[in-house]
Amino acid sequence: MTENLHLLLPEFLLASLALVVLGVDLFLPAGRKHLLAWLSVAGLAGLLALALTMLWGKDISLYGGLMKTDAYSLLFKAFFYVLGGVVILASVDFVKKHFRSPGEFYAIVLFAVLGMSVMAGSVELLTAYIALELMSFSFYIMVAYGRNNPKSNEAGIKYILIGAFSSAILLYGVSLLYGAVGVTRYDEIAAALTTAMANADSFSPTLWVGLALVLVGLGFKVAAVPFHMWAPDTYEGAPLPVTAFLSVGSKVAAFALLLRLFGEAFMPTIDQWQLLVAVLAAITMILGNVVAIAQRNMKRLLAYSSVGHVGFMLLGIAALSHIGAESLILYMVGYAVTSMAVFTALIAFFNVTGRDDVADLGGLADSHPFLAAAMAIGLFSLSGLPFFAGFTIKFYLFTAAATQGLLWLSGIAMLSSLISLYYYLMVVRQMYIEPAPAWAMEEAEDEEETAYDEPAARGKPSKLIVTVLAALTLGVIFVGIYPFPLLEAIKAATGALLGAS
Amino acid sequence: MADFKSIALLLTILLPAGAGTLLVFMPRNATMAIKSLAALAGALTLALTIVIFAMYDYGEGGYQFVNAWRWLDEPLNIDFSLGIDGISAPMVLLTGIVMFAGVLVSWNVAPRSKDFFVLFMFLVAGVFGVFVVRDLFFLFFFYELAVLPMFPLIGIWGSSTNFGNFLRTKEYGAMKLTLYLVAGSVLVWIGIIALYVAASDFLGDGATAQAGFSLELLETLGEDGAFSRNFQLLFFPFFMVGFGVLAGLWPFHTWSPDGHVAAPTAVSMVHAGVLMKLGAYGIIRVGMTLLPEGAEAWMPVLIGLGTVNVMYGAISALSQKDLKYVVGYSSVSHMGLVLMGIATLHPLGLGGAVLQMFSHGIMTALFFAVVGIIYEKTHTRDITVLGGLSKRMGLTVAFFAVAGLTSLGLPGLSGFVAEVLIFMGAFQEYWYLAVLGVVGAAITAVYILRLLARAFFGPMDERWNHLSDGGRIEMGAAAMLVFILIFVGVWPMPLMDVINSGVAELLSRFPGV
Repeated sequence: MTENLHLLLPEFLLASLALVVLGVDLFLPAGRKHLLAWLSVAGLAGLLALALTMLWGKDISLYGGLMKTDAYSLLFKAFFYVLGGVVILASVDFVKKHFRSPGEFYAIVLFAVLGMSVMAGSVELLTAYIALELMSFSFYIMVAYGRNNPKSNEAGIKYILIGAFSSAILLYGVSLLYGAVGVTRYDEIAAALTTAMANADSFSPTLWVGLALVLVGLGFKVAAVPFHMWAPDTYEGAPLPVTAFLSVGSKVAAFALLLRLFGEAFMPTIDQWQLLVAVLAAITMILGNVVAIAQRNMKRLLAYSSVGHVGFMLLGIAALSHIGAESLILYMVGYAVTSMAVFTALIAFFNVTGRDDVADLGGLADSHPFLAAAMAIGLFSLSGLPFFAGFTIKFYLFTAAATQGLLWLSGIAMLSSLISLYYYLMVVRQMYIEPAPAWAMEEAEDEEETAYDEPAARGKPSKLIVTVLAALTLGVIFVGIYPFPLLEAIKAATGALLGAS
Repeated sequence: MADFKSIALLLTILLPAGAGTLLVFMPRNATMAIKSLAALAGALTLALTIVIFAMYDYGEGGYQFVNAWRWLDEPLNIDFSLGIDGISAPMVLLTGIVMFAGVLVSWNVAPRSKDFFVLFMFLVAGVFGVFVVRDLFFLFFFYELAVLPMFPLIGIWGSSTNFGNFLRTKEYGAMKLTLYLVAGSVLVWIGIIALYVAASDFLGDGATAQAGFSLELLETLGEDGAFSRNFQLLFFPFFMVGFGVLAGLWPFHTWSPDGHVAAPTAVSMVHAGVLMKLGAYGIIRVGMTLLPEGAEAWMPVLIGLGTVNVMYGAISALSQKDLKYVVGYSSVSHMGLVLMGIATLHPLGLGGAVLQMFSHGIMTALFFAVVGIIYEKTHTRDITVLGGLSKRMGLTVAFFAVAGLTSLGLPGLSGFVAEVLIFMGAFQEYWYLAVLGVVGAAITAVYILRLLARAFFGPMDERWNHLSDGGRIEMGAAAMLVFILIFVGVWPMPLMDVINSGVAELLSRFPGV
């Protein structure tokens, strides 16, 4: 059972890396804590190289079928390592300015990355649950990291209460499921469901309730409507880099788990739950995008927009099939790159101004043309306009759903996408058309040397974050116009998940 | 020259897009270099489109300059495949002309002239893309790409209109235009995906390697019966209305006057001149080519709506006080003629419609260019305030008069040929609608002549004493457009030969006609 233990080396080393970061933190003088960020990033890069060389092309089951190292888990492992690195790099300036204990912060980010990569690799309900909890606990701490900020504290409490509540529901669902079929491994559940489907009498209501509760529990984690109410407050209260990580990392990880669970365990009953997930997807995308229109704070706006995107991703679950899974994974990657680009631009803006309302973005195109352009590109991509990732991933996903008989849902998705364009454009309008807000003008007047015709000089974002932002923006364009190499990897992952097509 | 033929169409996209990318990296205050680069890209693109048009062999017909690159494999099988036929070739030429003229009239655009030309170049690249691709994915891709830059272009460099009791802001125009066009594109999107699904279902399981978005493939499958009659009846309206929104189809036209008035001159020129043609082109290329049965059944509706367009646009133009709104509504009216011509399903009518697309594109570009020059000089577009401008801006007014006379269909100018063909086609099929269309054209004469009399002739206000014609560059652009209108009006054969070869091919898909 343990002969393949070395395949978990990246996980072990990642946990060690987090501990090393905590340890080194003790010996570093206060002014040099940013070195921890570089240590973490270098460690993640090394682990990425290690995982890719060691696990490439492997398809092995570990621990008697609790985990798998296959193309699917490798893809997500690589994804989360890169994401973790990007999040850390994007938060260096922010952490320096706002956090008192940066070492722990980077270590917790690493623990969250560990949880995420195990989530994608586990093929058993309890293993998946434990990985999910590791990630969630890391986030509970990170959300409340702004210790002196009441909003951050409120967000932390809300998140931990709702998180515990949803974990309980998920666990209850898991136990009911276990009661009905007597197994927790995905492949065994699939086999039991197939038998049960063949013999209609043995299909107990317990099973249905269990399935539904698992869906509800995970629905809370990904913030699907009607289980989304924690998201806006938590997003708004959490420190910005955490909001970014939460909105991208936790969602993609939860969907990696969902996709594996539904693809490997619940696939035989797809006709039974497809409509349920489709309806969930429809209300999630409509409500998320409609309510986002009314938001005046960038974090809340992005929170609701991410709820809308969860609706699109649920569409991929409802259309579960080879093409559906491919398109969903592509969507997750494209969404993650785009969303990180927008958040990184917002972090850079926050670093120089300390503000994050939509109205504060006025005149950004004059004062910080690069930030404005990067954010505009990100927002256009989120709304699904071409040249950028959003167009390609949406086209792929909606086509995939239509081939699975869900053209009506694709239609609803396109309409919600149209709604989302409105509020994204309102932000673009703020940056490009509206004049700078009053506070920026005052700051400009304070600085005597500023010429009158010069736009308000509001400081410059650091070179580091600008580089990260530029790389992410290029990524957005790359996924948009040349997704081919990415799709090859995704096809391998889908093959590992659902069998060769 | 075989090599040139295989990359010529790619170059039409890459030239503006490459220029746009280069511009991004130029320093903001190097205005002269920025403008020169934009003008150079414009001139090269225009030269390229002229060469392409001249090299298109109408005797042979069909798709030429064909080339394809694989973009995505199974299961979507998307090819970046290029080619133009007799319908798209004139549109490519039109885009080249209007783009060059647009760059020239934007010579004095400020502030942020760099951003303006970057967005403008990408807008043009998107427009070229739609006309030259033969894959529905990329057609849609470029279609949306052409919509994207509109919002900032109008929002930043546009102008608001004060109606006295209320204000139509440029932000309003920009938002309305963008949302309307994207809403239309959602319908198109649904239609495209439905086509793909129907084609894959027709091919059956295990044939995912063959399904795809290629127009050629879908045409073949359509001939084999992949799209049932009910499917065609259901989904043709998606294309008709979806693309129709962009073509200014009544009652979805209201974005057009507001958007065009709010837009800066060059953007109005490209938008009214070329982008609205994308809508009509989409109906022809996607709707009619792939769903002929559906098209045939829905054409009475389209010709009815087109007639409403002609009348409604003309009557609305009659009551406008703002120079640009007159031109905006006249666009709605003239696009109605295009839609009428398309809906006749008659060789004359369709040929006239495509020629009208070309002619109206040049004419509207000229209109907006001249209005832009006048606005720059007088800072007003109010017809009641203007007057007697011909005494100071003789040449400018003369150019406007040429556009106006084209618009009302004076023989010897391009509009006449197109309108005569459309009406001849329409008389064959629906004579009563054709009569209404002619009445609409007559109303055009009323508002154009009234406009000329009020705004440009008659007694001159003291205020306008200091005025003179526009700068050499703007006037040169306008003169080029005037020349083309006259050239096509006097000798339409080079264009008509090409157009007819495309139209004949299209109509061969309609056995009942």
